[in-house]
Amino acid sequence: MNTISNKMKQTLPQIGWLLVFWLLGEIIRYLFHLAIPGSIIGMILLTLSLEFKIIKLHQVKDVSDFLIRNMAFFFIPPGVGLMVNLELIADNWLAITAATLLSTVLVLLVTGWVAQIGRSKTSENENV
Amino acid sequence: MTDLIHSEVFLVSFTFVSYILAQKLYQKVNLIFLNPVLIAILAVILFLRFTGIEYHDYADKSKVISFWLNPSVVALAVPLYLQMKRIKKDWVRILLATLSGSVIGIVSVVIIAQILGASHEIFYSLAPKSVTTPIALSISETIGGLPALTTAVVVVVGVFGAVLGESILKLARIKHPNAVGLAMGMASHALGTAKIATKGDEYGSYSAMGLAINGILTSLLIPKLLLVLEGWF
Repeated sequence: MNTISNKMKQTLPQIGWLLVFWLLGEIIRYLFHLAIPGSIIGMILLTLSLEFKIIKLHQVKDVSDFLIRNMAFFFIPPGVGLMVNLELIADNWLAITAATLLSTVLVLLVTGWVAQIGRSKTSENENV
Repeated sequence: MTDLIHSEVFLVSFTFVSYILAQKLYQKVNLIFLNPVLIAILAVILFLRFTGIEYHDYADKSKVISFWLNPSVVALAVPLYLQMKRIKKDWVRILLATLSGSVIGIVSVVIIAQILGASHEIFYSLAPKSVTTPIALSISETIGGLPALTTAVVVVVGVFGAVLGESILKLARIKHPNAVGLAMGMASHALGTAKIATKGDEYGSYSAMGLAINGILTSLLIPKLLLVLEGWF
């Protein structure tokens, strides 16, 4: 019982911190007219705050792990938006599917390849 | 009865139950194309069609779910922070890999769609396809795409990457956990990250980084790249 109520005490402030950093991101985006979404700015700010010990890891860790593990679930409502575009997609299905899937494969390969080439070079030249 | 079916609690519960059942099915059958998100999306679409509920009505009432997309993006700070030492040592490689991945993602989708006869409206909607929904939506709106089409394409890209990304990388002999993580986050945003993060922090942190960096790069690069690409066609 005691441990459960302790967990609960920690959960709300953790959610609060994540929301505060999202909000900070939105405020910065608004003030500087940035094209980068507020949540990304919030993520960068939270990373920096953790790095400079302004926020401690345990103040956000459990809820963050929970959200990341379940992120896929939050995509269902926007994904249902498929139904609005079924006709448009059906009329252009080849262009849309071919372009999207091929391009995704290219991003995977190019990113992975460049990231790995760098990797082998560094391990060879570790002491240079 | 109609009131009940249209209610927030009914639609949110339906979404919840669809996803949990889809997860159970996936664990039992273990066929990769039975991705739980995809199955749940299809189940909800069928239900809405069957009951005649408009998508806008559903989207409005399920905001309590989609709202958490943004806090989850903020939460990716945790795996990033945990790998900070490695990232600091690695930043040149990360920058080169993400920059080339981001450019190839935008340019290739626009060129292929153009060649296959898609309209401007469509390839504007496809251009931000690799980045996570809240980011892709705001980009699509800014450049004159169809936000609803962008959302749909982003989810398809995410599911595709989550389902086949690892196998594609393995075929290409890309195996280093950091490279695999980075590629998954770059190509299939939060859905790819959610999948690959289960393999450990050295995957998850780089995937989170790929997702974040691609979000930033794509929003900065798209306006310029589209100008160049339009000059070609």
